[in-house]
Amino acid sequence: MVKEFDIPALPTYLETPKLKEGVMDGEGPFKSAQEFQNPLGFPGEKVDNWQKVAIDKIGEIKSKYRSVQVFLDSCVKCGACTDKCHYFLGSSDPKNMPVARQDLFRSVYRRYFTFAGKYFPKLVGAKELDNDMLDDWYNYFHQCSQCRRCSVFCPYGIDTAEISMAAREVLDVVGIGQKYCNQILGKALTIGNNLGLPEPALRDTLLDLEEEIEEETGGIAVKYPLDQKGAEILLITPSADFFAEPHIDGLIGYGKVFHQDGVSWTLSSYASEGANFGMFIGSYDVMRKAALRIRKAALDLEVSRVMVGECGHAWRVAYSFWNTLSGVGVGAADEFSQKLQDQLDHRYPQPQHIIEYTHDLIQRGKLVFDKSANDDRTVTFHDSCNVARATNMGGILGGQFILPREVIKSVCNNYVDMERSTIKESTFCCGGGGGLLTDDLMEIRVKGAMPRMQALKTVEKDNGVNTLAAICAICKSQFSKVLPKFDFDPYMIVSVHQLVSEAIIMDKRKIEVQEDKSEVD
Amino acid sequence: MSVISIFFTALFYISLIVFFIGMVKKIYQFGITPAPLKIPIAPTPLTQKGVVMRIIREIVLFESLFRSNKWIWLFGWLFHIGLLLILIRHIRYFWPYDLPDIFLLTQSFKYAAFVMVIGLIGLMLRRIFVDRIRYISAPSDYLMLIMLLIIGISGMIMTFTSNHTDIIMVKEFASGLVSFNWKNLPTEVYFLIHIFLVFVLMAIFPISKLLHMPGIFFSPTLNQVDNARSKRHIAPWALKQEKEHAIRLKQILGKDE
Repeated sequence: MVKEFDIPALPTYLETPKLKEGVMDGEGPFKSAQEFQNPLGFPGEKVDNWQKVAIDKIGEIKSKYRSVQVFLDSCVKCGACTDKCHYFLGSSDPKNMPVARQDLFRSVYRRYFTFAGKYFPKLVGAKELDNDMLDDWYNYFHQCSQCRRCSVFCPYGIDTAEISMAAREVLDVVGIGQKYCNQILGKALTIGNNLGLPEPALRDTLLDLEEEIEEETGGIAVKYPLDQKGAEILLITPSADFFAEPHIDGLIGYGKVFHQDGVSWTLSSYASEGANFGMFIGSYDVMRKAALRIRKAALDLEVSRVMVGECGHAWRVAYSFWNTLSGVGVGAADEFSQKLQDQLDHRYPQPQHIIEYTHDLIQRGKLVFDKSANDDRTVTFHDSCNVARATNMGGILGGQFILPREVIKSVCNNYVDMERSTIKESTFCCGGGGGLLTDDLMEIRVKGAMPRMQALKTVEKDNGVNTLAAICAICKSQFSKVLPKFDFDPYMIVSVHQLVSEAIIMDKRKIEVQEDKSEVD
Repeated sequence: MSVISIFFTALFYISLIVFFIGMVKKIYQFGITPAPLKIPIAPTPLTQKGVVMRIIREIVLFESLFRSNKWIWLFGWLFHIGLLLILIRHIRYFWPYDLPDIFLLTQSFKYAAFVMVIGLIGLMLRRIFVDRIRYISAPSDYLMLIMLLIIGISGMIMTFTSNHTDIIMVKEFASGLVSFNWKNLPTEVYFLIHIFLVFVLMAIFPISKLLHMPGIFFSPTLNQVDNARSKRHIAPWALKQEKEHAIRLKQILGKDE
């Protein structure tokens, strides 16, 4: 089913490839069927007057989103972004250069909405929205993980993610949706999570997990409460955490941290998902619907804190958009938001990231670690795009880079950073974000992972790094799949809270002994 | 007044009006278009002051471009700073009165023409010889550089060679445009080419990529403060939608949607 393709070699130094036009031309990912389209309010198949529908939608989007309007007008084609996209570096296809990808959209905008494009299309590179162009949109806007690396380097801050989201929204509205994203959204909006785990299955999974931990820790009852009314914290996490490796090891870590803090917390079966694919398809309304589920869960369970687990774009949506979409934050308009905000404890930031929480506990000396438990590891940290470039942690400048590293360093003795130009705000995407984490896009996923793999290879060779820690479910899934393709151990990808989990000293008595010792010291 | 003077006088006002109306329309459009979501891009300032400093650094130093590519930064920055100094120097032609002494200093800004032209040549060479940049270039991208190069070089010919234009006449013409006291202009060819292209450039400003100049101030990724958790950010259309949904929401809260 999946076609054969070359796996890029890992160069010693990352170089800008020579252009190979058309290498990533193609059909794009599997298209979404009617059954996944209609529940989201999109037509089931390509509508007859698609061109008019698309142009009208572009007009609507540009009048509703300043980003799109300004970005379409401001690009000077300086070329600063041309060598910044991991998909271009890995595939050599020039349409994967951010400016060229955007120009698929911009050239159409010019043709229908600007004076120069209407009267001098050839001169300014304006193009018709014909079938070929639409195919290119579908194909190449699904080769963008909306990671925003290019926009860090753009002198005008032009954000390809915004254009990519707009393009996908237009595609959805004309009836050409992407199966992976839209199917998942259907599950999230009806069942409550992307995996489609219903409440009984979720409950079983959590019970199994409790038993497993009790066995592993020799009798410590770490609980995974579900739908517990009146708990202090509602944890919203990616559903991958309930289910697959290495994600579940992170969930074990969260549970141990909550247990050690002695705080009451709960998961919600109604809103068990943190990931919000509404962002990937550029739909404000769908994104809002998913966010409202979480508000409802928080209200129903009467929690005073809302916390987000390790998931990159979930954290972006939570941190940057929840307050706008559903009022989880400060300053709401409608009565449910106001009710929620009265209910929330504003001594804590709302929402809060699990890393912020764990970091705070470490700072206050509430957690004790045996760092040597991770001595077999030399760890490096992969900054996930959405966390690194779109959010903050801890309310300090660059906190989203500092806090996860501090947590790792508190639980590990051996930590090394990858090359500076590939981390923090310049981090290279794992290659699987933005709704690309589907097998039908394996080729672009593997090629797009090349720049990250190259940086990883360097620290493996030079510093003996054997563990890659991340705080994003998509990164973790993607790395599990692509690491072996580049001759790495697929199990070297771990959750940051897995490292916490392995080093944390759970035994209450041991902690007291250690405290006594420190007093003697 | 000669026919050619009337033509250029008219062209100036037409271009100026097109520039002015076009820019006001565009800036208005940028201004009224809401930014529904907080989308600042790292490294993101957490305060309004930080945002102002960030935009200033972008405008004065081209900070992101410097991080991105030293060659584009160098040529781009040389061109822009050269252009700025030259524009300042040109004020003396348009100022209808005696200039304050301080303007004598701007005399030396004429050398900035070299800086500007070197920058432009660098940008042009990149566009021609770097295959990535060539791939993304439309004819208008070259044309814009060619126009600016011709403007720069024709100005340099008048300033640095023996092809001097009658500077008194230039001043009378240019200051006459500003004070509506119209005069003939020198019909020397380099001068005509020079101001013709300047007027054309002025007219196409609002319909071309030169819109990056106002655009940078409106770019939400650059001009937003990263305070989404502590301050609610909502666009008028989204708020309206929210209020319309409020009644429906009341019915469904407590039930599944």
